[in-house]
Amino acid sequence: MSAHKGLNLTLKVWRQQSQKEKGQMETYQVSDISPDSSFLEMMDILNEQLIEEGKEPVAFDHDCREGICGMCSMYINGEAHGPGRGITTCQLHMREFNNGDTIYIEPWRAKAFPVIKDLMVDRSAFDRIMAAGGFVSVNTSGNTQDANAIPIEKHKADQAFDAATCIGCGACVASCKNASAMLFVSAKVSQFALLPQGQVEAKERVQNMVKVMDEEGFGNCSNTGACEVECPKGISLDNIARMNREYLSASIKGE
Amino acid sequence: MSWVKNTFSSSIGRKFAMALSALFLMFFLLQHFAINITSVFSAEVFNDLSHFMGTNPVVQFALQPILIIAVVYHFVMGFVLEAKNKGAREVKYAMNKGQANSTWFSRNMIYSGLVVLAFLALHFYDFWIPEISTKYIDGDMSGLMANGDFRYYEEMVEKFHDPLRTGFYVLAFVLLAMHLLHGFQSAFQSIGARHPKYTPGIKKLGNIFAIAIPAGFIFIALFHHLTSH
Ligand code: HEM
Ligand code: SF4
Ligand code: FES
Repeated sequence: MSAHKGLNLTLKVWRQQSQKEKGQMETYQVSDISPDSSFLEMMDILNEQLIEEGKEPVAFDHDCREGICGMCSMYINGEAHGPGRGITTCQLHMREFNNGDTIYIEPWRAKAFPVIKDLMVDRSAFDRIMAAGGFVSVNTSGNTQDANAIPIEKHKADQAFDAATCIGCGACVASCKNASAMLFVSAKVSQFALLPQGQVEAKERVQNMVKVMDEEGFGNCSNTGACEVECPKGISLDNIARMNREYLSASIKGE
Repeated sequence: MSWVKNTFSSSIGRKFAMALSALFLMFFLLQHFAINITSVFSAEVFNDLSHFMGTNPVVQFALQPILIIAVVYHFVMGFVLEAKNKGAREVKYAMNKGQANSTWFSRNMIYSGLVVLAFLALHFYDFWIPEISTKYIDGDMSGLMANGDFRYYEEMVEKFHDPLRTGFYVLAFVLLAMHLLHGFQSAFQSIGARHPKYTPGIKKLGNIFAIAIPAGFIFIALFHHLTSH
């Protein structure tokens, strides 16, 4: 253990009892936070402190705490997952902050992601988009072919893999000035559209997923590129251009 | 034809149409600039070109209606998208750092657009309405003044006497440059034209276009303001 100087911080945290009630920012002090701790560990310390004071702890989503589940959804100091690139909140460390800093901690803000409580938001709109087409139907009448028996160009396989690394965290929506879900949906459309197995249903898929995306109340894409910068998995705007092509050609050629 | 309606009322379809209208507007800007710049060198060439554009049936009855539709669609859809996008986030962040992940230009297209719209209103009032009224209401297609010379150069230069008007022209073109610094490459993305080989070039070309064309219009305005008496 390296000797460290603990951080004393002022936290401004969004508190909201339930979806129906109005929320507000509350101010808390935490002291002697190790710079080596993760942001979520700092939140745990805050919550222990609140429990000791007889107050209700801050509700926030988290699960894997290693950057793969996409649950930890905090808007920290004006950025999704805080400062730093290519990371989720659980991968953010307190050494990114300085002693005496004030840190704003807010939930994802989007009409399509209503607040459940405090920092937790309901991201089931993403599930409904997936249910509309984010899959490959396996109609197993006969033997399923071994996937490795189908030749796929290496660069296509790589692009599909990159798109598939999207963890559905919603940072793209949270960062977008329009709360648009284009980066997420385009990653999901692309991971299938790039592969032969996904091409069979490509037209209906993109049309159905975009339809649900629009119905859920996400905004339109202004191509600001904020999503790509804030995405923990580096999902590229190439995917949005691909989805635009897929959608427009499906509109013309589809049933 | 419900597929047409469905497509153009979807988020992607609207942005596609927005981009098409914008691409046409940028093409129009380029040709407008090419004609206007001749006024700096030769009143005669400018007059001849203006007369051609003002009386050629293809320009008047094919390109001009497309232009009007493109302009109106572009700014009406600009407002529609802005309203929908604002509505997609009902509660604002207490702290938001847009500058950390995107350019100011890209986040403020509606404001640069609004200044350009105010400019377009003045521009229509200055040139387009008098043109239409002379040509199609008074029925004078000659393009001539009482002394038998073409009127276009005189009419244009006269507008740039006014320092206020000239100042507003300059301001509007600065805002247009900002609009296009994001808009040019954005239009290509909206229609799905993105490729690792060509996109860097499109972005460079976009920056050149966004600065050179408005700067050229500003030069023309200032030139006539300073040289006409
Ligand atoms: C000569 C005039 C104009 C030109 C050349 C022009 C060009 C462009 C271009 C190239 C784009 C990008 C399109 C895309 O993202 O797909 C754009 C977007 C936009 N324009 Fe214009 N524009 C002009 C006038 C206006 C006016 C008068 C308004 C009035 C409100 C306006 C409002 C907008 C808005 C709000 C967007 C962004 C839409 C979005 O991405 O959400 N523009 N413009
Ligand atoms: S595209 Fe990136 S930011 Fe958006 S949901 Fe997927 S991983 Fe998260
Ligand atoms: S808790 Fe799973 S990604 Fe952060």
